[in-house]
Amino acid sequence: MTNPIHNPSNDLFGEDEVTIEATLNGRPLRRRVKARQHLADFLRQEMELTGTHLGCEHGICGACTVLIDGRTARGCLTLAAQISGKTVDTIEGLAESGKLAGLQAEFIARNAAQCAFCSSGMLLTAYELLSSGETSSRAEIREFISGNMCRCTGYHAIVDAVEAAIALQGKS
Amino acid sequence: MKARNFRFIRPASLDHAYRILAENEGDAVPIAGGQSLLAGLNMRLSAPKLLVDIGDLKELVGESQADGTVCLGALTRHRELLGSELVKKHVPLLVRAASHIGHVAIRNRGTLGGSLANADPAAELPACAVALGATLVLGSVKGERAVKAEDFFTGLFETDLRPGELIVAVRFPVMPTGTKIGFAELARRHGDFALVGLAALASMHRDRIGDARLAYFGCVDRARLARSVSAAVEGLATPLPSAASFEAAIRMDLAPEDTAGLRADTKLHMAAVLTRRVLNSLAARAPA
Repeated sequence: MTNPIHNPSNDLFGEDEVTIEATLNGRPLRRRVKARQHLADFLRQEMELTGTHLGCEHGICGACTVLIDGRTARGCLTLAAQISGKTVDTIEGLAESGKLAGLQAEFIARNAAQCAFCSSGMLLTAYELLSSGETSSRAEIREFISGNMCRCTGYHAIVDAVEAAIALQGKS
Repeated sequence: MKARNFRFIRPASLDHAYRILAENEGDAVPIAGGQSLLAGLNMRLSAPKLLVDIGDLKELVGESQADGTVCLGALTRHRELLGSELVKKHVPLLVRAASHIGHVAIRNRGTLGGSLANADPAAELPACAVALGATLVLGSVKGERAVKAEDFFTGLFETDLRPGELIVAVRFPVMPTGTKIGFAELARRHGDFALVGLAALASMHRDRIGDARLAYFGCVDRARLARSVSAAVEGLATPLPSAASFEAAIRMDLAPEDTAGLRADTKLHMAAVLTRRVLNSLAARAPA
């Protein structure tokens, strides 16, 4: 290894904490992160971005959904250490950017958020579907959001909202 | 739901990854998509001392075609299986299977190599690799070796991977013309691991089944060829009126156990229903 300040043993045995350089919500991020800390905990505890929720912490519920390089990922099934070199967007960044405004308006209009625990994940998953630019049938919308659990709405209102947002996108 | 402490390292190259795995023999686990590994760590089902992040190694990325073989890098994401023209054309069984894996967010992260290395007996891709007669390319500091999918899966979550080895790529034979594919699974909810699933490959002579390669998942201890059923269905005319002609063979190939809420004989019945459904779909499908 050519880097003189590099501890050569780390090159073979790793560390408990690693440095990550990434883009978070459009801003550069450079931090030391604990190897064992998953991305959702990192966002909530270190970055105070608590819009990313935590439900099951083993990849079932979808509450911790974030975007990595523009595609949905489970915050609980991704280590913070894994995001180095990548672009991460959370509900806070996307909401503030205005990119979610259309979806949010449709969700509000149809009461697609009741307790709203699932909403941040649901909105990001719907956003990925909208980003594809393709029209989707109700069945396809249901399939696409099937990894995000909602225990309030029975999903009908959410499917309605996503369907309406897709239709609006098609018109603009 | 928090993983135990472990160390983390991001190798700069595949060779570097090999050296790390060799130095930490037995203590190091490669992580790519991590969609099963991290769930297991969070539930403290395993506690490796070192995670080796191979998720960005360019040597493990890519698809190519040569000499009747499609070669897919170990880091091929499930989403990429769904979108690849090469896979669609020459290994369409993988496309059928990939849509059943988890959900969108899981398919965005999970990888082909990771699924095979994890060797979950209820997972789709190990069964497909066996049915398709795939060959896995395994690498380590000692070099590369090729292992047939049929020999790779040795038991429940057990594989032929030796300490210090990882999956580099997977070679799939280009599907011959006239061969048909069938795929179906029964799960309680879409995206769940299958209770019973079947990946099938067969040559069809009009409505008759010729050479068939069937691999079940979900009620087996590991992905392997269902030799008895594959032999029993050869020469049968579709549509099959019942499962009578291969029900005994299913009992020979599958050894399901009673689990909470589902008896073994129920699973066998489900496997018979699913088998007939998949076989009847072979003739109905347009040439792949």
